[in-house]
Amino acid sequence: MTFDWQPVWLTLKLAGTTTLLLMLVGTPIAWWLARTQAWYKQALSAVVALPLVLPPTVLGFYLLILMAPDGAIGRLTQALGLGTLPFTFGGLVFASVLYSLPFVVQPLQNAFEALGTRPVEVAATLRASPWDRFLTVVIPLARPGFLTAAVLSFAHTVGEFGVVLMIGGNIPGETKVLSVAIYDYVETLEYTQAHWLAAGMLVFSFLVLVSLYLVNGRLTRSHQP
Amino acid sequence: MSGIEVSIKSRLGHFDLDVAFTAPPRGITALFGRSGSGKTSVLRAVAGLVRAPQAHVRINDEIWQDEKRFVPTHRRPLGYVFQEASLFPHLSVKRNLEYGLRRVPKDQQQIPFHDVVELLGIAALLKRATNRLSGGERQRVAIARALLTSPRLLLMDEPLSALDHGAKQTILPYLESLHDEFGIPSLYVSHDPNEVARLADQMVVLEQGRVIASGEAAPLLTRLDLPLSGYDDASALLEGSIASHDHTYHLTWVSLQGNRVAVSREDLPVGRHARVQIQARDVSLSLHAHADTSILNILPCRVIDTHDINPTQMLVRLELEDGQTLLSRITRRSAMGMGIHEGMALYAQVKSVALLS
Repeated sequence: MTFDWQPVWLTLKLAGTTTLLLMLVGTPIAWWLARTQAWYKQALSAVVALPLVLPPTVLGFYLLILMAPDGAIGRLTQALGLGTLPFTFGGLVFASVLYSLPFVVQPLQNAFEALGTRPVEVAATLRASPWDRFLTVVIPLARPGFLTAAVLSFAHTVGEFGVVLMIGGNIPGETKVLSVAIYDYVETLEYTQAHWLAAGMLVFSFLVLVSLYLVNGRLTRSHQP
Repeated sequence: MSGIEVSIKSRLGHFDLDVAFTAPPRGITALFGRSGSGKTSVLRAVAGLVRAPQAHVRINDEIWQDEKRFVPTHRRPLGYVFQEASLFPHLSVKRNLEYGLRRVPKDQQQIPFHDVVELLGIAALLKRATNRLSGGERQRVAIARALLTSPRLLLMDEPLSALDHGAKQTILPYLESLHDEFGIPSLYVSHDPNEVARLADQMVVLEQGRVIASGEAAPLLTRLDLPLSGYDDASALLEGSIASHDHTYHLTWVSLQGNRVAVSREDLPVGRHARVQIQARDVSLSLHAHADTSILNILPCRVIDTHDINPTQMLVRLELEDGQTLLSRITRRSAMGMGIHEGMALYAQVKSVALLS
């Protein structure tokens, strides 16, 4: 029996890329949500949280329509010379970013809100520019939030299935990630392969969560006044 | 143009803030008022932490805000000490101190690190984590951190109010020496007349977002029409000089031009300027200069005016022979019995005098 590692590598690549992009996209959104008093703050929070309650197939369905050659996103990507996104790795990354957005925004927003405005004001009175304040005060003090956000977005992307199936399909090396591969093995009654992958996922998820709790516990303790 | 000029108009909760004052380029100016009078809002606007819609802030020849410009906080050479010490929890004491220092260009660093650490007595704390400090230590580190940016204006927002009485008493001398040592002009927000009496040279009294009086601190502290004299610890400040030391009875005499008062012995050179504080409740009045009393300090004086503070008690404002004012708190009954009236000559018996500096 030869073990097919391809879905594993593909999944890790997808989760890594998604997490990286999400940290870049989610941080400003979370910062804005934590600071703003705009009336539409609640509405925007709800939009960000939608993937938590929507069935992944609903998200996948709309994305499929939007990314189709005559959809809004499809036309944009074609105009940019990127072709169309459905059934490509790029499409999966795009969908995953949306799908895992609340898992990044919410922990970060909580961390920023818990921080309050005082440390940032103190840094301003000590001559730190806005960027300097963010890098030297906000990020170190919100570190548990950043860690939680990164781990959750990575783990959530690894575990995604519905969205992938809707817009990625099952193309080996391109969109066939772990969860889809397991589904495939079960469908074709290859239980041994399915067992290996499923047990691997179980152990991986457990280890990720345990280390998150351990590290966060330590960070929080060392920051207590 | 030297000195500090501030004028701020802005909406503040349920009333308007409309404040204008000037302060000299040296010394401590207290912003005094009850909580909610707008003191902290003024300080935050001066720092640029909030953008008041209409404000002029000028520090010597630098304009920080007017109609055309608004210099952001991090470009204003100021030091700010918050009510709670607000040290960065992720940095050690030393790194907290260096945070501001490292952001000031070398040629503008005028206050040496070791001087500040020495002055505030924090040398032994440098390697500690901030969560291993007491409240008083944290606030001393916060003051040092602000000083190390060599500020041209020091803003202090009730830096002692979060501390217990003991910690307060240990920090006050540091604040006094800071004033003598570096001469940085300071705005000091406080609602405690005792702190103001000890520290302030000038004073701006705020009520409901307006300035109701401003000027030198000593005369304002004894004005009966201001909220200060209504406090339980209303007091007067008197300026004098060290006259002599009494080694036998361990006393130091402070001369108030013609009169003198005794304080516990302090090792200060004769002739040095001295500032004393006398609480209104420690002053009783008498029609004659008694020799048969335990009270050492008996000062001839004249009644300026009186003010009832409650149905039982009143404050009497007195002019000493050298023109300085003193407050006495007595019962209304005694005042009636003695027939106290404006211009009446009396003797003030002062039970205790605190030497401030």
